[in-house]
Amino acid sequence: MKPILKGILGGIVGFAIGVILLMLIRVLFGLPAWSTEPAATVGYLFGLIGWLLGVGVWDYWARGWLGRPNKPYTTTGWRRYFDFDTDHKVIGVQYGVTLVLLFLLAGLLAMVMRYELMRPGRDIINSAVYNRIMSMHGTSMVFVAVAAIMGAFGNYVMPIMIGADDMAYPRLNALSYWFVPPVAIALLIAAFTGGFDTGWTGYPPLVEVTKLGALFYALAFFTIGFASILGAVNILTTAITMRAPGLSWGRLPIFVWSIIGTAILSLLLTQFIALSMILVILDRVGGFGFFDPSQGGAPILYQHIFWFYSHPAVYVMILPAFGIALEIISHFSRKPLFAYKWAVAGMLGVVFLSIIVWAHHMFTSSMTEKLLIPFMISTELISVPTGMVFLAALGTIWRGKLRLDTPMLFALGVIFNFLLGGITGVFLSDVPVDVHLQDTYFVVAHFHYTIVGGGIFGLFAGIYYWFPKVTGRMYNEKLGKLHFWWMIIGFTLTFIPMFWLGINGMNRRIADYSPELGGVNMFVSLMAFFLGASFIVFVYNMVVSWVWGEEAVANPWNATTLEWMTPSPPPHHNFPATPEVVGDPYGYGIPGALHARVGPAPSVASD
Amino acid sequence: MSSSVDAHAAPHAARYPRLYINRLGFWLFIFSESMLFAGLLASRFYLLGLYRPPELSQTLGLLITVLLLLSSLTAYLAEAAIVHGDRRSFLRNTLYTMVLGTIFLIGVAFEWNAAFTHFPPSSPFGTVFFAMTGMHALHVLSGIFLLGLIYYNGRRGAYGPDDPWPPEGVVKYWHFVDVVWVFFYAALYLVS
Ligand SMILES: [Cu+2]
Repeated sequence: MKPILKGILGGIVGFAIGVILLMLIRVLFGLPAWSTEPAATVGYLFGLIGWLLGVGVWDYWARGWLGRPNKPYTTTGWRRYFDFDTDHKVIGVQYGVTLVLLFLLAGLLAMVMRYELMRPGRDIINSAVYNRIMSMHGTSMVFVAVAAIMGAFGNYVMPIMIGADDMAYPRLNALSYWFVPPVAIALLIAAFTGGFDTGWTGYPPLVEVTKLGALFYALAFFTIGFASILGAVNILTTAITMRAPGLSWGRLPIFVWSIIGTAILSLLLTQFIALSMILVILDRVGGFGFFDPSQGGAPILYQHIFWFYSHPAVYVMILPAFGIALEIISHFSRKPLFAYKWAVAGMLGVVFLSIIVWAHHMFTSSMTEKLLIPFMISTELISVPTGMVFLAALGTIWRGKLRLDTPMLFALGVIFNFLLGGITGVFLSDVPVDVHLQDTYFVVAHFHYTIVGGGIFGLFAGIYYWFPKVTGRMYNEKLGKLHFWWMIIGFTLTFIPMFWLGINGMNRRIADYSPELGGVNMFVSLMAFFLGASFIVFVYNMVVSWVWGEEAVANPWNATTLEWMTPSPPPHHNFPATPEVVGDPYGYGIPGALHARVGPAPSVASD
Repeated sequence: MSSSVDAHAAPHAARYPRLYINRLGFWLFIFSESMLFAGLLASRFYLLGLYRPPELSQTLGLLITVLLLLSSLTAYLAEAAIVHGDRRSFLRNTLYTMVLGTIFLIGVAFEWNAAFTHFPPSSPFGTVFFAMTGMHALHVLSGIFLLGLIYYNGRRGAYGPDDPWPPEGVVKYWHFVDVVWVFFYAALYLVS
């Protein structure tokens, strides 16, 4: 806990230094000393630096820079989860628990929205408050979807899967997690400084003229962007350099491939979300004119920069879920992954195609008309590599010996939901149809089908699949299955009607709608509450099983990949000696097939 | 950027030497950073096309560009020196680099002073000019800070042919910042 206290202290001191420094400079230039927005920005940035210094940078890096020995923390037990701990397994759990909590909180906000939307007209909240709740829900959920699987399983499982003892940069890994608390604080401050009512997309001009909360929205987004860039550097370096001997690219478990694809996207494109937020802050705080037409700026430029990252971000959310789904489907069908190479090619194809489709979010933005058709075609092309991933999933299930445990159910849920999400995406990529459906509930239903139906179902598949590995205990299978069926029924009944609502003209991001849509909205709201309630089962199961669950064996699923060849939970540094990979990861039904050998090797020949 | 021993030293070593891992991670980070600058560059052309105000001081622009390029040379000399174990030359050239970098920043400050009267940040060209030079200056500033760190530690006997990474990383970062400036200089001062 000490690092957190030091971090808080550092944050406060940093904030104060930043504000005072700014005031001095302003006085020096003959400006009035106090101005809220610049003070908030500079204070936040200095506070962020102070927090990072306090929480670990000082003890782990800066002392070394100054020629003194570093002072790593040596906490043990549960306290490690509240420390700047460099073990990738601790960091994975930190990410996982934090983001699941954020998911549940942001889900509660959705419940409030659905309560308001039960009947036409105004019920409990006015439209300004509705907008803020909607924006907070969207922004938080985007943070969850972008970071949850990467943070939790990219950190916890990926290094074990490749036979590494940790990430390539353990300290940097810890650092990127500790960017998360400032994000949470910035969002909290945003909520209490008037909120922001721009949705998660934060389009100018609104984002530049609305309340102070919008500034903190931009700062929060910027911060989490920075963290995910550091994470991507770490993950790619780890995947390239830390693989166990014999683990060639063709033997890599598919989940690792999905993490690599995701990290490539984060690495290359997250800078653009950072840039869009920096430019918004410059406009708002510094009086710049990037997005203000009266100063020669162009609001559409924001949309280009924003979506250049934020469309690929959709694949940052979904690719790891594909990876988890394929991984589980192979193990639970007791069959080698069908068309492994095509699945890998599909994932990488998605990565590269997703960079050239961003403007499909802007068909009605009055951008250059010449761009409409190219972006329509490139968007529709994405269904080809996605289809390859589906091919792998279906080919693996085909004539497999399916074991329908909870992880498998969720994995099949990913495939089923994303099919609907993907197909409805084809309608939206079609320019004439999109002109009609833009900004309606059709869009809402579509992206919830991809991101919740795909990404979040994948997250839960991973949680159940690796729960025994991470906690050393089994979850309650009956409750797990109950959670799955409850969730997928609630999910389907909530979002399928939204497609219909959208086609019939219900606008998104508005607290009201025309009265004849009232009946369906009442139904949707009731189903949304039903869906929300399913997570009570999940939380109960997780908490109770983590504390009192049956002890898990090393390999409860009889799976073949490396993380199951070490005890549950794995010891510090994962394996007693470097494992040696000798075959394909999914050698089911092949006599004598073996993925890897783990054991106290006689002498560890490195390099 | 550390070759110092990690507290949780690995019981079984990675398959690649630490230097290789550091270089890879460094280049990935640089790759990512260059996207930020590419985005700024694209915004400049998106908003203004090839427009350039006549008030830009070509002399000053050229001067600071030459100084920055010169600093890349001294940075290179510093790196080469420490790789060959010549600590004195390493320290001297690191110092030169820092001084040249600082003069560059002072030059930018003069530019800004003039820019405030001709094209303040609220004007179309001022918007991109201040954002681009500002973002770049921030990177120069962080580069000088890093150079200061390796200078400080170099004086205390750190680094050498066996431990070249921190100076190598910092110097490569400095080169990167210089290369960015070459593009920015062309985009701000030369196009029309
Ligand atoms: Cu998109």
